[in-house]
Amino acid sequence: MKETVKSLWQTLFGDSVRGFGVVSLVFLASLAIAPAKNHFSEWRHYQHGYLKMIRNRSDAITLQRHFQGGIQQIWLPDLGVVDRCTSCHVGLKEASLTDVSTQPFRPHPVIPHKLDQFGCTVCHRGQGAATTVAEAHSSTLAWEQPILPAKYIESSCGECHRGPLAGALQLNQGRHLLSRYGCVHCHTVKSPNGSTMKATDHPPSLSHIADKTTREWIYAWLKDPQAYAATATMPNFKLSDDDARDISAFLIANSTAVPGNTATPAAKASADPAAGASLYGESFCASCHAVQNAAGNLVGGDVGPELTRVGSKVKPEWLQAWLHNPRAYDAETSMPHYRFSESQVARLSGFLLAKTDSDLLANVHLEAATPEQIAHGKRLVSDYGCASCHEIAGIKKPENFAPELSRIGSKPITQLVFLPGMQHTLPDYIATKIKQPRAFGQGLKMPQYSFTPAQTDSLATALLAFNDRAATLPPSLTVAAKSESDYQPAGKAGKLMTDLACFSCHRINGHGGEMAPDLTWEGSSVQRQWLVQFLKNPNTLRPALIRRMPRFNLTDAESNELADYMMTVYQNPAVDRDSMPLNGYPQGQVELGNQLFYGKYACQGCHIVDTKTDKGYIGPTLTQVGSRLTAAWIFQWMKNPQALRPGTVEPNRAMSDEDARALTAFLISQKGAGKSEVAKTKK
Amino acid sequence: MIRYSLSIAALFAAVLITLLAASCSRETVSVPLPKPTAVGAAIVESSGGNQIAQAGTALPQPLVVQVNDEQGTAVAGALVEFSAAPGVAFDPANGLTDSSGQLTTNVTLGGMSGRYQLTAFTTDKTRKKVTLKIEEIALGYQQTLGRQLNDQYCDRCHNPESTVERVSNFDNLEIKPHPFTEGDTLNKISDADLIAIISHGGPALNKSALMPAWGNTLSKSEIQGLISYIRAVSDRHNPNAGPVYAKN
Repeated sequence: MKETVKSLWQTLFGDSVRGFGVVSLVFLASLAIAPAKNHFSEWRHYQHGYLKMIRNRSDAITLQRHFQGGIQQIWLPDLGVVDRCTSCHVGLKEASLTDVSTQPFRPHPVIPHKLDQFGCTVCHRGQGAATTVAEAHSSTLAWEQPILPAKYIESSCGECHRGPLAGALQLNQGRHLLSRYGCVHCHTVKSPNGSTMKATDHPPSLSHIADKTTREWIYAWLKDPQAYAATATMPNFKLSDDDARDISAFLIANSTAVPGNTATPAAKASADPAAGASLYGESFCASCHAVQNAAGNLVGGDVGPELTRVGSKVKPEWLQAWLHNPRAYDAETSMPHYRFSESQVARLSGFLLAKTDSDLLANVHLEAATPEQIAHGKRLVSDYGCASCHEIAGIKKPENFAPELSRIGSKPITQLVFLPGMQHTLPDYIATKIKQPRAFGQGLKMPQYSFTPAQTDSLATALLAFNDRAATLPPSLTVAAKSESDYQPAGKAGKLMTDLACFSCHRINGHGGEMAPDLTWEGSSVQRQWLVQFLKNPNTLRPALIRRMPRFNLTDAESNELADYMMTVYQNPAVDRDSMPLNGYPQGQVELGNQLFYGKYACQGCHIVDTKTDKGYIGPTLTQVGSRLTAAWIFQWMKNPQALRPGTVEPNRAMSDEDARALTAFLISQKGAGKSEVAKTKK
Repeated sequence: MIRYSLSIAALFAAVLITLLAASCSRETVSVPLPKPTAVGAAIVESSGGNQIAQAGTALPQPLVVQVNDEQGTAVAGALVEFSAAPGVAFDPANGLTDSSGQLTTNVTLGGMSGRYQLTAFTTDKTRKKVTLKIEEIALGYQQTLGRQLNDQYCDRCHNPESTVERVSNFDNLEIKPHPFTEGDTLNKISDADLIAIISHGGPALNKSALMPAWGNTLSKSEIQGLISYIRAVSDRHNPNAGPVYAKN
């Protein structure tokens, strides 16, 4: 060995000239390291690859002309962007490369923003200034922000766009779920402008729960809400048998009676459930409430609770009082006050009470509660933060019960606890936390939700948008959300509209539901006589729809009151309803309108004027439109329907005044068969 | 002398190669596949194929496949594995069929729009692979926007299936509109012609007046979005020479 080293030394530095030569060579080689590193850099490698790829394409010349070698950079001081991603992603702006599927050469999919104006990291995150793949895409010690996985990309839209955004379905859904599933009852989410995200679910008050249901049902519900109703909003708290027993004991013991609710009903629930089925259908209960059918599918809306097993839940006397007037038990409910007669209540309650599930309470046997159990139940109710969602007499709504999520999207990874086997990234943490919240440690309180994978992803997307950058963006760079108006109609009619829960389905002045037509301009749109009749006995306007206006059994005085208010207050300034007559159009004009209706504009594709020949089931039936709408409204509607009702399906045909007038004349002549009778009774 | 230097060079090279190899090979933890308790002869799709989702997101419905034996009865305990192009995630990626012979997996599509081919396979008695191919469609931003417009406007007539939640008038129309999956017809029409039909109505291209003009209701970029959606969902078809009025 010694000899080898010795001979090597001899070979290299045997004499001074040779020694000088070797040292010079080593020196030269070390000088070459820096240029070599540059020459063999990743981005140069990709640029070579790109040039090789485009060489044989038919559009090679164009692509070659667009290509710029060297490090590329998008610098946007306003956004704090220094992005060199385009050094490797060379084909981002080349629309003709759509057939290329290898990265990093794919063109960017079409988006509403320009790369030069927004850069890359604003949406994709990662490290823009980096020039190697690993540093740009992954998190490093100095840089925690790795590239955002594609499935959460819409969270970046949400940093600037604070309201619903067309094309960003996942973000919209995530935000909707945060409100709809009551996440924000426990977790505060403040937007940068200071407003707090509001919940849109309405967890019922538990202060009078003993009026409504039994302790056994509460126990079964607490153990597994989804066993009672698959669609239940309430999550599963994974309570032990003892805890569920004690909480149910406390809630029953704590409950006070609502005056009038416990009074014995005048009529007994009808023994024949079939008699109530038709009333359930006629009253359009299914517009809001879902019921599982024989095939196991849910049929109905999700405004109110699912009723599949309601007979196993509610006490008959409570149900009857509720059907009589739901507002007596819960003044805030979305349920309309139907003004049912005694016999109707009997029939409907008989129908609903027959919807039972014998399995639900079969194994629930509770002994009388002891004071200790009640006290323990009260403690549990405080511990689990039940009062964050539900009103419970004697228990204060806790403030900030769960961690605030206003900046969750920037939470440092060092502050997170990960489960074994999961990726150490923030999106994965958030998604897993939503999927299995209790897995992260002992004694955690967050309940188990039953979200689908798609829902979990959309929730994580919405949450990731609440980050430091979103919070610190100057308002000039953000697109604010349209705030929901808190419009309330005034006076006697206003009270009536609240009582009938009109806003559960209809929208007026930016407030209310979206199930039924917007009534903001109803006063300009319809004729008073029709409105009064319709409120008293709603006839079918759109025969194909399963959700229709129910009959509330209003008195003459009530429907007149409502009609007067709507005709006076809900007027569109651009539609003067007295400017065009309801009768007396020349026959020629009516005939021209007829031809335009069936010919040029082919309105019969969506509407019905002649029930014998027309088959348009999309828009409202127009057989009686002349007795329903005002001529001025029809005329303006023909000119520009979206101006009167944004988002309506009716296409804007940019009609000439002449065509619009002829169609108005034709439509206003469609008075329907019932017209003369209505007129007679009024006179 | 030369022998020595050669051996030294060889030594260096060996060290370098070992170092390189060590840095390149990452520790890969492979989860062992579950042991099948039975084998089937065929694999069929129960539900979850041909769904449309945004690129990079989970499919709205899980994918359910079933393993059958020669008689067509369901086989429990057969091993099914899923695979697809990189970027597609399965949860779980493999598993044994349940008592009804089915395996359910949640699929997340890759980040690029387009058609994704998923493969589910099981092995039969002779240890041969039996595969099932399933196609799913991922939509990009523009196509998603188009889909929203389709749901709001077009589906009311162009959807051959009418549901109680969203009524379609397809069956009642004298001249049937083309469903957007009908690649045979739609892919023969150039983008420029589709834009003309959507903006100016059917009569613009000698088609039915039942198709109204949407040019005053929808913006140009919205119409472009609609077309990209139609192209994404229509069955693949090589565009033959049809009557093209305007080229793109």
